[in-house]
Amino acid sequence: MVSKTMKLNIKINNKFLKSLWESSGMIIIYLGLFIVLSIFVPYFFTVRNMVGLALSVSMVGMVAMTMLFALASGDFDLSVEAIVAFSGVTAAMVINSTGSILFGIIAGIIGGGVIGLLNGIIIAKAKINALITTLAMMQIVHGLAFIVSGGSAVGISDARFFVLGNSRMLGIPNPIWITIIMFIIFGVLLNRTTYGKNTLAIGGNIEAARLAGINVDRIKIIIFTLQGSMAGFAGVVLASRMTSGQPNTSVGFSLDVISACVLGGVSLSGGIAPIAGAIVGVLIMGTIQNAMNLMNIPAFYQYVVRGLILLIAVLIDQLKQRKRN
Amino acid sequence: MLQSFMYIQQEINAFMKPYLEFKSVRKTFPGVVALNDVSFQVAEGSVHGLIGENGAGKSTLLKILSGAYYPTSGEIFIDGKIKDFHNTKDALDAGVAVIYQELNLIPEMTVAENLLLGHMPTKSGFLDRKEMNKIAEGELKFLLENISPDMKIKELSIGQRQMIEIGKALLHNARIIAFDEPTSSLSSREIKQLYKIIKELKDKGHSVIYITHRMEEIFDICDEVTVFRDGEKIETFSDMTAVDHDILVNKMVGRSIEDIYSYRPRTHGEVVLDVKDLMGTGLSEPFSLTVRKGEIVGFFGLVGAGRTEFLKLLYGAEKKVSGTTFINNKEVNILSPSKAIKEGMALCPEDRKDEGIIAVRSVDENISISVRRHFNKFGIFLDRKKETENTNSFIKKLDIKTPSKDQMVGNLSGGNQQKVILARWLGENINVLLMDEPTRGIDVGTKNEIYKLMYNLADEGKGIIFVSSDLPEVLGVADRIIVMREGKFVESVDRDDASQEIILSHALPINN
Ligand SMILES: Nc1ncnc2c1ncn2[C@@H]1O[C@H](COP(=O)(O)OP(=O)(O)OP(=O)(O)O)[C@@H](O)[C@H]1O
Ligand SMILES: [Mg+2]
Repeated sequence: MVSKTMKLNIKINNKFLKSLWESSGMIIIYLGLFIVLSIFVPYFFTVRNMVGLALSVSMVGMVAMTMLFALASGDFDLSVEAIVAFSGVTAAMVINSTGSILFGIIAGIIGGGVIGLLNGIIIAKAKINALITTLAMMQIVHGLAFIVSGGSAVGISDARFFVLGNSRMLGIPNPIWITIIMFIIFGVLLNRTTYGKNTLAIGGNIEAARLAGINVDRIKIIIFTLQGSMAGFAGVVLASRMTSGQPNTSVGFSLDVISACVLGGVSLSGGIAPIAGAIVGVLIMGTIQNAMNLMNIPAFYQYVVRGLILLIAVLIDQLKQRKRN
Repeated sequence: MLQSFMYIQQEINAFMKPYLEFKSVRKTFPGVVALNDVSFQVAEGSVHGLIGENGAGKSTLLKILSGAYYPTSGEIFIDGKIKDFHNTKDALDAGVAVIYQELNLIPEMTVAENLLLGHMPTKSGFLDRKEMNKIAEGELKFLLENISPDMKIKELSIGQRQMIEIGKALLHNARIIAFDEPTSSLSSREIKQLYKIIKELKDKGHSVIYITHRMEEIFDICDEVTVFRDGEKIETFSDMTAVDHDILVNKMVGRSIEDIYSYRPRTHGEVVLDVKDLMGTGLSEPFSLTVRKGEIVGFFGLVGAGRTEFLKLLYGAEKKVSGTTFINNKEVNILSPSKAIKEGMALCPEDRKDEGIIAVRSVDENISISVRRHFNKFGIFLDRKKETENTNSFIKKLDIKTPSKDQMVGNLSGGNQQKVILARWLGENINVLLMDEPTRGIDVGTKNEIYKLMYNLADEGKGIIFVSSDLPEVLGVADRIIVMREGKFVESVDRDDASQEIILSHALPINN
């Protein structure tokens, strides 16, 4: 009798845990991680460190929002890291030569947007797959960043530009505000607009989406153009933080962004893209990195850990897909 | 006399010992009881038909048998021994193979490689191609003439691929072979070949399970039949002479359907669609056609006659070489599906899985995908309330079996997926509806409802073109039948002049 009720209890518990896990598994993992780190890692749970953590993930966070759309449509973009470098350099040079900060910012964003547009056109119209296209574009744009800058960092003379990346509002650095605003904008775009729904439909079944009247090519081009512009903007913010445009910055950034999304439950095969999950994915990545820094774990080991996280993320994606079939 | 006959019949049944047995099998999904307390037996060396409405649980039962799903409760016995399958390999090892509609072959690999995938013969560590081809050839001799083991799977027709799938099962020594709607995309010649093979399997003592929505196939090939309804086993008939079409339909849908087509004549209005000299790569000569308001035009032809190509050209899904289209006397230049929809033309595609549904998204999103543009605020923001209203109204109207509008469409049964695609277009303001094999994989009761839906749309003044390989359906539903052959328009026959013989004589190749 006793064992019977116990069994029943466990069953109910299991069921409850299972549904919780399915709806918000990553959030729970993150909360657990956060609590453990707060208890065991000194200085982790301090205002100063929290702000630092948020600042450190702001770049990945911003670009993850547009990467989310690329992944949702069944593609991805490896060229963002080169765009970040290129647009930072471009913004620096334009500010130095025109004296206008606004022009510099716009040039960085548009520069990234044009590269994204090219990506989109090649992928949508010439039907070349995203891996090859964006890999090639990454090389080209990285090369351009070096050519434009002459191979070294471009210092920016106008200090007003540094406000964008270094000032605070209500005690919180600007890049964090920018990232939060992006979360909101892209959350709305994904869940409340036809653009978001059509993106998911394309990723779910591209031929069905086309036959249902969705202009697939146009959506893909928009996705990559937005992605390029966002990466361009991130590059501008980074240049402002570093007070210079640097052609060799952000190596590995594209994969960080993709890992964060996949970690948050965004499916690599398209069609499934929970935005809350992506945000949590970004936070998990940043938090682990932050904790490793606090614990003085050498950089070499950090690479290994980051690689492992990516593997785990993809593994989880695989398992979920198998379950879906 | 009669009594002794019945006695003999019982003797025969007793002699056929049960090889496979389901005992109180139950399977639930969140919000759905897919199978409830299902028990029945399949005899050795017999073909056992499974029929039932869409969502009755037939495919779920096969998935349990193949180890793809694990039953919530209940047992499976094979040859008297209890079996516990946790994956498809367990089932294969126990001699169970299930052949699904979506075949699991690798298109880029050869016939021999596919047949022997997972246990290719080797010689001192290297692949033994000679041995491999020998084994494959032996298997092919039984299944398919004219196919060499070196051919790539992608060069084969769907019917031939299915044969390779059967070959795979036999090479695994499968004693139980189950088919899920195997004929729904086969040509009539391929169906005959499949029948032949199934009979041979039976004679060799295999047990065959056969799911179909085509009632005549049950009588063609089955020795026993079990009827499902709403996840329950209703009845098993082990004597096919004791049942007829009407009895089975009655058991399946719980009511009798007198005339499945329930055709009603209509008056036709003005020309709604006028196509002049439409030409594309899938056709072998330009094609012209007019359809009037309220008219239902059926397209018949053998597989590969160019019917789907014609619809896709018309719909802008494939590039046209030449031709003009008028809708309601206005010339429309349709270069893409989205343009077609804006001009009031919609297509329900032939291949539901690849071209119709978006499996990982919800019922709601699949239905709203196109129609939501009418509800949008500022051209981009969703009006979720109106979308929900629209979706729920169609779930109700078409009786789509789903626990809620948020269920993933991939989790619905085949027939219900088809209804979702139909619902997608019913909210649009369409003039012309193109339907490619609209009742493929759909149960009798629902077929009847879909025909009625077509008549209602026609009554509202829409023009309907539907493609079907089911000749009785074309004869039963269409006002006019267009026959295609080898990419060409052959003949237009009015309903009153049409008969099986006439239509077939136009559709078959001339040299036959
Ligand atoms: N993976 C799943 N998750 C949730 N529900 C499911 C899943 N698979 C099947 N179902 C539900 O179980 C029920 C039975 O489905 P099943 O596919 O077995 O029907 P069927 O008899 O094969 O129908 P059809 O003739 O349309 O193919 C349906 O209501 C279906 O929606
Ligand atoms: Mg089924």
